Amino acid sequence: MLRVGFSEALAYRAETLVWIAATTMPLVMLALWHTVAREAPIAGFGPSQMVGYFLSMFIVRQLTGSWAVWLINMEVRDGTLAQRMLRPVHPLLAYALSAVAELPVRSFLAVPLATVALFVFAGAELVRAPGMWALWFLSIVGALLITLFANLAIGCLALFVESSTKMMDVWLALYFVFSGYLFPVALFPPAVRRAIDWLPFRYQLGLPVEIMTGRHDFASALAMLGHQWLMVLVMLAIVALVWRGGVKRFAAYGG
Amino acid sequence: MKAYLSLFWLELRTSLALAMQYRADFVTDGFVEVFWTLTALVPLFVVFRARPVVAGWTFGEALMVTGFFTLLQGVLEGAINPSMTLVVEQIRKGTFDFVLLKPKDAQFLVTTARVLPWRAVNALTAAALFVYGFVVLHRAPAVSDLGVTALLLFASVGILYSLWMLAVSLAFYVVRVDNLTVLFGAVFDAARWPASVFRGFLHVLFTFVIPLAVMTTFPADALLGRASTAEVAGAAVAAICALAASRAVWTRAIAHYTSAGG
Repeated sequence: MLRVGFSEALAYRAETLVWIAATTMPLVMLALWHTVAREAPIAGFGPSQMVGYFLSMFIVRQLTGSWAVWLINMEVRDGTLAQRMLRPVHPLLAYALSAVAELPVRSFLAVPLATVALFVFAGAELVRAPGMWALWFLSIVGALLITLFANLAIGCLALFVESSTKMMDVWLALYFVFSGYLFPVALFPPAVRRAIDWLPFRYQLGLPVEIMTGRHDFASALAMLGHQWLMVLVMLAIVALVWRGGVKRFAAYGG
Repeated sequence: MKAYLSLFWLELRTSLALAMQYRADFVTDGFVEVFWTLTALVPLFVVFRARPVVAGWTFGEALMVTGFFTLLQGVLEGAINPSMTLVVEQIRKGTFDFVLLKPKDAQFLVTTARVLPWRAVNALTAAALFVYGFVVLHRAPAVSDLGVTALLLFASVGILYSLWMLAVSLAFYVVRVDNLTVLFGAVFDAARWPASVFRGFLHVLFTFVIPLAVMTTFPADALLGRASTAEVAGAAVAAICALAASRAVWTRAIAHYTSAGG
C-alpha cells in the first residue's frame, strides 16, 4: 500500500512542485525576522539563529505535511469511501499510509536543498549530541502523527456535514499562528505560551525545530516530547470517536 | 461603451444570484475570511511588541500596508481568481469557443465572467485596518493625499490584473495553469509587509519582477502623505506598461487558440 501511494505521488510530480512553492512561507518570514533580529537579538534569537530556525522549519514542514482531509472530503462526496469500506484494510489506515507514502516524493527535491543550505548558513546553530537527534526523530514521528490524525478527524467530520474543508481552513489558520510556523513561540507573551502548551499546534512543527536548533536541553526536550505523545493519544481517541459516529451516518445515507 | 456597462451590470447580478443560492456558504465563507485576516495580523502584533520601529515602519504605518494587502487580496480572490479559473476550465474543455463567438470583446467577457461577492468583506476589513492605523498614529489622513492614494490603488489593481492576464494567456499554450492560483497566492503573501523589510535579491525581485512593493507599499506611502513623485510616476508607468503588455500577449494567445483537440 505504501508503494501504491508512492507511485500515485510520483504520477503528479507537478503538483509536488506547487506544494513546495506553496510552503515557502518560512522563507518570507525569515526575511522579515532577519531584518528585525539584525537591529538587536529578540528573545534570544540573533540573525543567524533566525536563519537556523526558519530553514529547519521549512524542512520540518516538508517532512510532516498531510493533505488527507481534502482527499477524504472528495471521497465522501463521490462515494468512493463506500468502496474502500469493502476492502479488507481499514479506510483510515489506507488514508494514513497513502499520506505517509507521499512524503518521500514531496520532500525529494526541497529537503536535500534546504538541508545543504541549513548546514552552510547555520550549521553552528544545530545541536550536536546524538541523544538530541534521537529525541528529534521521535518528535518528527509524533508531529507527523498529530498532523495526520488532525487531518483524519476533520476529514471524518465530512461524514456529518457536507464539506469540512472550511473547518480545515480555521484549523490551518490557528496552526500557522500557534505552531511557531510564522515566528518562534518564544516570542509570544508568557500567558499565551502557557495556553500553547495545551494545544496540539506547537507539537506539529515548533517542537522538532526547537529540538534541532538547540532551544531545549535534554531534560526539557524529554518533557515536551512526553506532552507531544500525550497529544498523539488524545488525537487518536478523537479520530476513533468521530469515525465511529460518522460511519453510522454514512451507512444511513446510502443504505 | 454603454453596452459594455450594462453587460457588466448583468454579469454582476448573475454572480450575486449564484452566490445567494448558497446562503449558508456565504456566511461561513465570510466568517472564515475575517478569521484568516485576523490571525494573519498576529505576526504584526508580535513584531511590534518587540520593536517600536521595523525597517523604518511603525506599527500604525505597517497597518496601512496590511490594509492595502487585504483589499487587493479581496480583489484577487473575489474578482480575478474565479474568472480565471473559469477560463482555464473552458480552454481545457473546449467550451471557450462559445466565448469567442459572442459579439463582444473576449477579454472583457472573460474578466467579468464570475465574481464572488462575499469577498467584499475584505474591503470592510481593510477599512477597519486603515481606521485602526490612523488611531494608532493619532492623526487623520490629509484629504489631499486621498487622490494620489486612489490613483496608486488603481495602478495596483491594474498590475495585479495584468499579471493574471499573462497567466491566463499561458493557459492557451500549456493548459494546466490552475495551480498558478496557489503559487501566486504564496508569493503574493509577501506583500503583507512593507517592501523595506526585504533586502538584496528579494528586494529587487519584489520591486521589478513581481512588483509587490508597487502594489501595497506605494499606496500606503501615499495614504501616509509621503509618496514621492518618482513612486507615483513609476507606479503609473508600470501599470500602463503591464496592461498594454498583457493585452498584446492575450491577443496573440487567442490567435494561437485552436480549440480543444485542434
